[in-house]
Amino acid sequence: MTITHTEFAVPTGREEPWRFTPLARLRGLEGDSEFTGQVGIDWDPTDCRVERVSCDGVRYEPVDRVSSRAWADVSEVVQVTIPRERAGGPSVNLRVKGLGGVASGHIRIVAEPFSSATVVLTHTGAGAFAGNVDVEVGDGASLTVVSQQLWDADALHLGHHHVSVGRDARYRSAVVTLGGDVVRLVSTVDYSGPGGDAEMLGVFLVGPGQHVEHRLLATHTQPHCRSYVAYKGALDGEGAHSVWIGDVIVRPNAIGTDTYELNRNLILSEGARADSVPNLELETGEITGAGHASATGRFDDDQLFYLQSRGIPMDVARILVVRGFFADVVQRVGDPDLEAAVLFSVDARLESLGLGRLGEAIES
Amino acid sequence: MTELDIRDLRVSIDTDGGEREILRGVNLTIKGNETHAVMGPNGSGKSTLAYVIAGHPKYRVTSGSITLDGADLLALSVDARARAGVFLAMQYPVEVPGVSVSNFLRTSVTAIRGEAPKLRTWTKDVKEAMNELSMDPSFAERNVNEGFSGGEKKRHEILQMELLNPAIAVLDETDSGLDVDALKVVSDGVNRFRARGDKGVLLITHYTRILKYVRPDFVHVFFDGEIVESGGPELADVLESEGYERYVNKAANLS
Ligand SMILES: Nc1ncnc2c1ncn2[C@@H]1O[C@H](COP(=O)(O)OP(=O)(O)O)[C@@H](O)[C@H]1O
Ligand SMILES: [Mg+2]
Repeated sequence: MTITHTEFAVPTGREEPWRFTPLARLRGLEGDSEFTGQVGIDWDPTDCRVERVSCDGVRYEPVDRVSSRAWADVSEVVQVTIPRERAGGPSVNLRVKGLGGVASGHIRIVAEPFSSATVVLTHTGAGAFAGNVDVEVGDGASLTVVSQQLWDADALHLGHHHVSVGRDARYRSAVVTLGGDVVRLVSTVDYSGPGGDAEMLGVFLVGPGQHVEHRLLATHTQPHCRSYVAYKGALDGEGAHSVWIGDVIVRPNAIGTDTYELNRNLILSEGARADSVPNLELETGEITGAGHASATGRFDDDQLFYLQSRGIPMDVARILVVRGFFADVVQRVGDPDLEAAVLFSVDARLESLGLGRLGEAIES
Repeated sequence: MTELDIRDLRVSIDTDGGEREILRGVNLTIKGNETHAVMGPNGSGKSTLAYVIAGHPKYRVTSGSITLDGADLLALSVDARARAGVFLAMQYPVEVPGVSVSNFLRTSVTAIRGEAPKLRTWTKDVKEAMNELSMDPSFAERNVNEGFSGGEKKRHEILQMELLNPAIAVLDETDSGLDVDALKVVSDGVNRFRARGDKGVLLITHYTRILKYVRPDFVHVFFDGEIVESGGPELADVLESEGYERYVNKAANLS
């Protein structure tokens, strides 16, 4: 396999998009490492069309060196097509499994006009993965995409998730990052017509030594669109590091824009660090609303005391508080089965971090 | 019979200005079937006493003991004390975002009883208890103390007391901030609890008005970290008419 030329220079760490990323741990993904590893992508039977198609004729624009190298490397994409006017139904489940080594991948999701669907991507396994996901939500369509990062402890995942939201379309994404050594996801949103609505939700748990980075960029170029971002993270242990960057740009013609972004982090123990940078650029004043909030706090001793004073053991109390912290974001996913699945993953991760234990009485 | 015994209890907290002693030798014995009212001015250490019984980590016991039926309570963790039979209705109940009242109650009762309650009887018990406290059923779906009015928070504390059924209930100013109707509802709850028998109640209050509804067996005046006077219910009437003035003056004369 030949090393591909890309228009993006090798980052040095001084560039704004890379200043928080531990480049030394990227196994050359940001540089010139060869894609000699493997990632398996498979899926459950579904009424929607899932197929491997050639990259020729697929339009995709990378945003950085890693996404561009991955795009140059892949020869086919896994394409999910939600048929026009599909009235919802069972979710489309895709599994991305790292089999070791440095690997690339590309998933394309096309929700045809007036369709409705949920697509769940679950990442597990080992290795270093540069994976892009490109989503097109057709006019009047409604699409939810869940991306779960449940990697092994030493895995690496750098990805670019892009969505183009059509006229009066509704897009909801839920990013759940729980595993991996370094996970860095860049999510970009733009709108191809007026009236689009994009809701980007995120839940992450960062353990000792883990680096979890979520960068979001919503660009409003169409009138009367909405973007809503809510990411919540809990961090525990020495060297646990999270980065959340929320950029929103409202171009002059995007009148009637409604945008809000929020990031909250809960630091569970000493030695963990959360960086959180919201940024809003307004090029028009004729908007419906714009705001952001960012806060990082510690475990509230009074909450734990209150629960314990009702007989609840410390490890159960902790799990209740952390679950409670995530609850409002998880509830926005809007599907009880998906919400339960997300909470289940969170609980399992909390338990593996030694932070809590599920009592038999705990239910969502 | 239940007995909570507090002996020569001294308690300090660490402040920016160094260690500060808040309780200066408290002696108090509460038996099942007894209700003790503790009254005192703001800042005299009443909540500190309540928190120390429950085991709040902020306070440091420098000497003395607290035992429940002879067992050393101070050696137990906060949750173990609750399971041993101690309940604290807090003056300022804490919000727990994202945790519903119903999940909270079920988790608590499971911890206290050591097994999950039977779903059907449990649902019925909660419904009845809420009804008696004039709480709307929708309450169960709200997050613990989040956006509750002052009165709702206090009813919620009494609801927990009735469902968790402790041996000793410490009520820290549960009457504060209640209007007359809510005060009656809350008092009825306390009286129902007392009527179960062998229940010790430590009723901490700033005002005498709740004592008209919840008749105490003993009244103690708390001042500057200790009990300065004890008596029967009639002591409350004296406090009602005279306030805490004479303790303030006494303290001033002594120093
Ligand atoms: N965490 C704390 N930090 C500093 N001072 C405290 C703390 N808790 C209590 N105190 C002080 O201890 C004294 C007693 O407080 P408290 O027990 O709340 O009294 P009461 O309940 O009788 O009003 C007060 O002077 C109060 O300021
Ligand atoms: Mg008080």
